[in-house]
Amino acid sequence: MAPSLLIGNGAGFSGDRLDVAEPVVRTLIARGGPAAMTFETLAERTLALGVLARETSPEAGYEPALLPLLRPVLGLCLAAGIPIIGNFGAANPRGAAAAIARLAGDLGLATPRIAVIEGDDVHEVLDDLRIAWEGGARPARPIIAANAYLGAFPIAQALRAGAQIVVTGRIADPALALGPLIAHFGWREHDLDALAVGTLAGHLLECGAQVTGGYFGDPGVKDVPAPEAIGFPIVEVTADGTITVTKADTPGGLVDRRTVTEQILYEVHDPAAYLTPDVTLDITGVTVAETARDTVVLRGARGRARPPTLKVTVSTEGGYLGEGEISYAGPNALARARLAASTLRARVATLPIRLRIDLLGLQAVFDSDDGTRGAPAPPDGEVRVRLAALAENRSAAEAAAREVLSLYCCGPAGGGGVRTSVTRRVATTSALIPRDLVHPSVAMVSP
Amino acid sequence: MITVPLHAIAHARTGDKGNRLNVAVIAHHADVWDALALQVTEERVATLFAHRRPSAVRRYLLPNLHALNLVIDDVLEGGVNAALNLDGHGKTLSFLVLTLPVTVAEDALATVRATLDARAHRQ
Repeated sequence: MAPSLLIGNGAGFSGDRLDVAEPVVRTLIARGGPAAMTFETLAERTLALGVLARETSPEAGYEPALLPLLRPVLGLCLAAGIPIIGNFGAANPRGAAAAIARLAGDLGLATPRIAVIEGDDVHEVLDDLRIAWEGGARPARPIIAANAYLGAFPIAQALRAGAQIVVTGRIADPALALGPLIAHFGWREHDLDALAVGTLAGHLLECGAQVTGGYFGDPGVKDVPAPEAIGFPIVEVTADGTITVTKADTPGGLVDRRTVTEQILYEVHDPAAYLTPDVTLDITGVTVAETARDTVVLRGARGRARPPTLKVTVSTEGGYLGEGEISYAGPNALARARLAASTLRARVATLPIRLRIDLLGLQAVFDSDDGTRGAPAPPDGEVRVRLAALAENRSAAEAAAREVLSLYCCGPAGGGGVRTSVTRRVATTSALIPRDLVHPSVAMVSP
Repeated sequence: MITVPLHAIAHARTGDKGNRLNVAVIAHHADVWDALALQVTEERVATLFAHRRPSAVRRYLLPNLHALNLVIDDVLEGGVNAALNLDGHGKTLSFLVLTLPVTVAEDALATVRATLDARAHRQ
């Protein structure tokens, strides 16, 4: 029976911490045995931001933090024979591969064997009538990007061909771990329970610290040791389908039944049918056991046939968001903040915008756009008024944000600390696409 | 029996995909799992989110994990790319669910508190 495979994670989203991968890699090396390292940096809209970046710079479009993420671990992984798999290629996997090859040169390393996985871009085939669009119709707004979630088998193919680094664009997040497991154990497309185990392992890893004490701390209820230095996760998968979740050997973070259970259900809808390109995962029979400090063992993932279609995330132009904030403090602060809010509402009434005004500290994130939840009892103190206005054109968004700035001289008494911004927005929707319209490819780009 | 916020007996995590929110609610101890399953209903969750006009609320029970998964549709006012809310992901909304009042036996609540204390002590 093949030995188990250790898989580490060094990033759970674009914007994750940059110094967390090295302790994971050092822990993998210390434990010994076959291992792989994964980076997940591609949320729903991240890829569209890459497409927009390529508009101004053709070399861009991959994860902006790619080099800071890889610099501390590239040499360690290559020397230890630990392949690196990441969806940091985003909208430009070949650009990312070229950047990694240059990084290796800068570090004095031999050029690694880098594979890119492409074919996720389905922009050209969106006219096909068999595509099932969310909401029933293709979006009216201009489409920026349309990318199908690819499965894990192309990753496995690249690894079997000797890739030391696998760069992908859009791919199912759990595939980053499932791919090396397929390559390691020789699993095939009909090994549904095995693919389910690998998918659950990848799902537990894909958000980085979210399974090791990140997105978890609730003082007095769920305390996290050394939360400033949370160790990122390492999952061990055995040939018989046992998953063991641990973390990098750092003082921070924790792995227990609670951290793991929260992550099992993260972004899951029907737990009996978590749809992925490779398998339909059923987690209803999964058991979770704490076997040692920071060690949790899972068993019981079951797989059923994969869905006949692939999911596509489609990004469209989303208009412009204008925002402005201003603060009021001290006696009668709330009344002055409410006066600012009503003044703003009157002044932007004729603009073609969707509007929301928050009183931060009183009435914001739980509320609806029309404020129907109502506010808690108002203390004096400090209130920050926030205006948000979504418009199809930039000028309307700018005009709304500018009204907050204007409150300095023609709003309530004592308003201060104005900040305004206008940002281009990307909206996303999804569609289900027949598999025959998607052609994943694996190419070894160097050397 | 005693009525407490759900936060006293359970923990929760939200995830989002598009304009759909899921909230996993997990009992701190097996002894309060029944209370969770009986009282955190689709109807009560729909009422809690009524001001955000959900189009559907579905609940999935996971007795193995002492957990339930709430799937709440069209409650993010457009989702992360279209919402005007500072929290377009809805990431803070797990703690809105944890405000739901639940009624539990005093000894079950004591067991939960002892479990949390033991965890705190171990660290």
